[in-house]
Amino acid sequence: MPYRIEIGLKRGAHDARGHGVKAKARQILNLPIRSVQTRTVYKVDAPMARSELKAVRQAFTDPVIETSAAGRLRPPRFDWLIEVGFKPGVTDNVGRTARVALSDVLDRALDPGEDVYTSLQYFIRAPEMSREQARQLGTDLLANPLIHSLQVFSADEWRTHPADDSVPAIHDKPEPEAQPFDLQGTDADLVRISREHILSLNIEEMRTIRDYFNSPDVRAARQALHLPEQPTDVEVECVAQSWSEHCCHKIFAARIRYVDEQGREQIINSLFDTFVKGATRKIAESVPWLVSVFTDNAGIIRFNERLNLVYKVETHNSPSALDPYGGAMTGIVGVNRDPMGTGMGAALLCNVWGYCLGSPFYKGHLPEGLMHPRRIRDGVHLGVIEGGNQSGIPWARGWEVFADRFIGKPLVFCGTVGTLPVKVNGRPSEEKVVLPGDAMVMVGGRIGKDGIHGATFSSEELRTESPVQAVQIGDPITQRKMYEFLLEARDLGLYRCITDNGAGGLSCSIGEMGRMSGGADLDLARAPLKYQGLKPWEILLSEAQERMTLAVAPDNVKDFLTLAQRRDVDANVLGTFTDSGVFLIRYGERVVGRLDMNFLYKGCPVMDLEARWTPPDIPGPAPMRGGNRTRALRNLLGSLNVCSKEFKSRQYDGEVKGLSVVKPYGGVFSDMPSDATILRIDYAGQEGILLAEGINPFYSDIDTYWMMASVIDEAVRRIISAGGTLGLIAGLDNFCWPDPVESEKTPDGQYKLAQLVRANQALYDITTAYRVPCISGKDSCKNDSTRGGRKISIPPTVLFSTIAPMGDIRQAVTMDMKRAGDLIYVIGLTRNELGASAFHRMAAEQQGTPERYGGIVPHLDAPGALALYTAMNLAIARGLLRSSHTPTRGGLAVAITLSALGGNLGAHIDLTLVPAAGALTDDALLFSESNSRFVVTVAPENAGDFETLFANLPCARVGETTPDAQLIITGQKGHTLIQSELNSLRKVFKGTLHGI
Amino acid sequence: MGSKPSVLIITGYGVNCEAESRVAWELAGAEVQLVHLHDLLDAPDRLRDFKALMFIGGFSFGDHMGSGHVLALRIRHHLREELERFIAGGHLILGVCNGFQVMVKLGLLPGLDNQYFTQTVALMQNDCGTFQNFWVTLGFEPQSPCIFTRGLTRMPLPIRHGEGKIFTRDKSLLERIEAGHGVACRYGDPATGAPVMTFPDNPNGSLNAIAGLCDPTGRIFGLMPHPEAYLFPENHPQWQRQKLDGTLPEEGLGLKLFRNAVGYLDNH
Repeated sequence: MPYRIEIGLKRGAHDARGHGVKAKARQILNLPIRSVQTRTVYKVDAPMARSELKAVRQAFTDPVIETSAAGRLRPPRFDWLIEVGFKPGVTDNVGRTARVALSDVLDRALDPGEDVYTSLQYFIRAPEMSREQARQLGTDLLANPLIHSLQVFSADEWRTHPADDSVPAIHDKPEPEAQPFDLQGTDADLVRISREHILSLNIEEMRTIRDYFNSPDVRAARQALHLPEQPTDVEVECVAQSWSEHCCHKIFAARIRYVDEQGREQIINSLFDTFVKGATRKIAESVPWLVSVFTDNAGIIRFNERLNLVYKVETHNSPSALDPYGGAMTGIVGVNRDPMGTGMGAALLCNVWGYCLGSPFYKGHLPEGLMHPRRIRDGVHLGVIEGGNQSGIPWARGWEVFADRFIGKPLVFCGTVGTLPVKVNGRPSEEKVVLPGDAMVMVGGRIGKDGIHGATFSSEELRTESPVQAVQIGDPITQRKMYEFLLEARDLGLYRCITDNGAGGLSCSIGEMGRMSGGADLDLARAPLKYQGLKPWEILLSEAQERMTLAVAPDNVKDFLTLAQRRDVDANVLGTFTDSGVFLIRYGERVVGRLDMNFLYKGCPVMDLEARWTPPDIPGPAPMRGGNRTRALRNLLGSLNVCSKEFKSRQYDGEVKGLSVVKPYGGVFSDMPSDATILRIDYAGQEGILLAEGINPFYSDIDTYWMMASVIDEAVRRIISAGGTLGLIAGLDNFCWPDPVESEKTPDGQYKLAQLVRANQALYDITTAYRVPCISGKDSCKNDSTRGGRKISIPPTVLFSTIAPMGDIRQAVTMDMKRAGDLIYVIGLTRNELGASAFHRMAAEQQGTPERYGGIVPHLDAPGALALYTAMNLAIARGLLRSSHTPTRGGLAVAITLSALGGNLGAHIDLTLVPAAGALTDDALLFSESNSRFVVTVAPENAGDFETLFANLPCARVGETTPDAQLIITGQKGHTLIQSELNSLRKVFKGTLHGI
Repeated sequence: MGSKPSVLIITGYGVNCEAESRVAWELAGAEVQLVHLHDLLDAPDRLRDFKALMFIGGFSFGDHMGSGHVLALRIRHHLREELERFIAGGHLILGVCNGFQVMVKLGLLPGLDNQYFTQTVALMQNDCGTFQNFWVTLGFEPQSPCIFTRGLTRMPLPIRHGEGKIFTRDKSLLERIEAGHGVACRYGDPATGAPVMTFPDNPNGSLNAIAGLCDPTGRIFGLMPHPEAYLFPENHPQWQRQKLDGTLPEEGLGLKLFRNAVGYLDNH
């Protein structure tokens, strides 16, 4: 019988956890709560003598601030008790750690069934709160019904109720049988099977699978192995994984007939190959530093003679919609494994994150089953905070974009940069080889039902019945242990090849490596399980976290496993890589699946899709009245998509490793967002990297071509602004799209697909013009939600991330103005490009017509931009810039303001002097979001040199910095457009999300 | 001068500052070995090869049962005898952040009355309730016997923790720690260096603004801020301004603590 131990804080010790719950419950849910006290409950499921129980209880308790009891601890005064535990099979990280402590205290190894389970108690003082409200507090703030168990007791009920000593253990009986699938029915049957089993395969794909298993060769081969006539669930599920949109990117691989607004037709054989890879192929002819692109888990570029850089950005949208905390944590911990599984395995340098979310202040109707955007935001942040911090990897970039179209599906981008020695044990570290006969070894976490169907599930819209198992919770410490072990094993030469277990689990990782040797022979019965009761196909598909798959040469198996044991890391040989051309899957003695590698990886039929472009007609807002724009500037600074995101960012560790140079927030008060982040590559010298990004889904509504061009330019010019060099910048493209395949559910599929085509065209045009090759990327094409009968689709969104080496980090230029009396210059042409700008969206909102934010979206003159960027490179190399900041959302007005706030210096600006394309209104000069511009400050003694450099380029001195802490901008008629104290601007910029 | 003093850094199970901590000691002139906890528990007498021991920052065992709790439990169960011997031998022990938390859980700090294995104070959750990362100003106590902080007055350093508030319900204990100058550094006002109790200058609400403690010998020292994260001048958030002002130091100021320690070891 399990023993219950309750631990609470002693009187006088501040319960910050309880305090936080009280604050949120009052603030968000308006509940009449007076106080909350929290307690941790451990349920120890192991036989113990009375003295042992006492020793365990004492060991679990902090003697200075905590008090504890076996059974029940005397409660504080309370009206409601809410107890939140985990559902069976859900990762309980605290419980797992407590198990380690238990073993130490009992001084013996524990049996597999002996375990520790945890739950949290919230004792709530709230005499006016109803049971319904208490329950609401549980479901809307404290627990997620998908993963948590929730109990609510009144004080009386608690007194009469015996202490709960049940544990969420899984007691399923083992069912290691593989079941055959009947695919011989009608098309309707096939569609039903695909849907019921969450295979996410269309009818043509289902027919292809059926035909494969009906072919005489396959029948004969399977018969020889005593497999049933019909395919087994292991086989069908494995194919469905490998053919999922998530794993094989069918939309980007499809044959598309694209018709533009003039009726011109173009056939595109694979967007990915034509535009993304095509551009990089072309750029590769003229840049020498590409090492491995689009082939491995992450892209690899050369950094110096010693090191390569590895970079990958992923999205983890669907899991984060279901369980924001767990989904986002697995997002960050999961993307860490991409560099770890790239080449011979990279060391991790830093993380990046970014989220597209609904407004945390959203007051509209929420379709049933969707969480409030604020809860999603809190959970997503916390998941990535804890995942990143506990992994010991600093964050380098972070951003948030808010729009109500993200309430159906939040976008959660997580990325990781790693370093890889150019050679590992004398061999090029990017080369991946698996030889027939190599042992197939799985390392890291154990397998449970968590994350089953993650890949296929993310390949469809979010439905009310979306599977619970798709939720995973990360365990950063298990991964950290594995990570350190793997680097040690790598340098000892103990393995030949490595890849991570991500979407699709073993089915994908073993398949991927099996392709290198030409086959694989896997025994699922040898896989370590978290608990019994998993069917063979579940073991094969589980996306349980923290696992890598390796190929180990037979001679090294013993040493590899011994080192793993010494590092307390699970490692198990699951089979052998072969050259049989077949993926053979066993469960112990029996063969449960056999698939031809060729069919599995090349058999998926190519889709034929239609795309038709009709430019949308979005009217603009009425011109803003009056002459003063101080209020407009204040409103913009405080608006969600411009305002400071520092409050949450401070909870991420950005300094572990001690390599930071230009931090994500800079300036006198460290409170202004930096254009780019710079960090040292290691401790040896002055070399470092710059990181930046561009994102602007708002422009997509007008034209995704210019959206794409703009986000690439933003990501590039941020790097230029901070001191990066043209010609050395690499990019990563992450597409998140609403479903672009025309169907009953998606009648506007042709338009959405045309948007996708146009974005890809721009990606090709701009990256080749800039010579910024994409080295890695990802697409996620089903970002729709149909809950409560309402379809919510995200706007087409691209995150373009950039990375560049920096020879000497001391050349960095930051965005904050440095000295009073410095001259302020605007570089680059301002055009009348207010379409979908922050200013137009604000004006449209204020005018009560939020959909009238149209106008000309920012265009891009690539040759013009390149001339400016070249001059910027020279100016920075010569040390001529005191500060540099590139305008983004909110245009010049916001950029000048932030730069002034960064230096806590005044700025006096004359708009007449701003280089402009033709006659522009004051509003266009202030707020237009034209690309390829900078606001820089120059010391007066350098003005001559600086102006010579920019002599024939659009660049003009527009004002100077002042000691008076006043921002003053005069308009073209000579009147004061904007005048404000810096402090009041700082307040609005920082106020909106402070404490939120 | 003989050979370089040897320093042991314990790694594994979620602590994660081994790289910068190693560099800090090496730049200060020590020789460093990283030893995985598993290997050390296997052969605790390896501790005898070292003159200094460092418990580094990170999230040992995920800080799941409280920061440093489970690592301290393991060390108490498996390494106590050797640690006692190490302390009696007059060697140095440094703990940063999670390492400080481990030392407090063990009782190494404040370590009054030679009670090095009885926990008497706690490092509990920040008053603000969340993990925080920013730079603070540290004021050092001139009367503290602490070897590591000798001659230091004030220093900016980053903090990165969720549980850094020094707490005890026992006022007389706090008074005894103060009387013995066991407080080696406090969170200070950036302008004056005077101890502060308000967020964010005091990031966690620590009693008496305590940021770091040493034992009565001054050889055992732990602190929440991260000196090993300020090895380069460019780590400082204002390095560009310092450069313009001509106040940019040659090397990161955090190194001074390690130089003090190595200087001591060289002479003992």
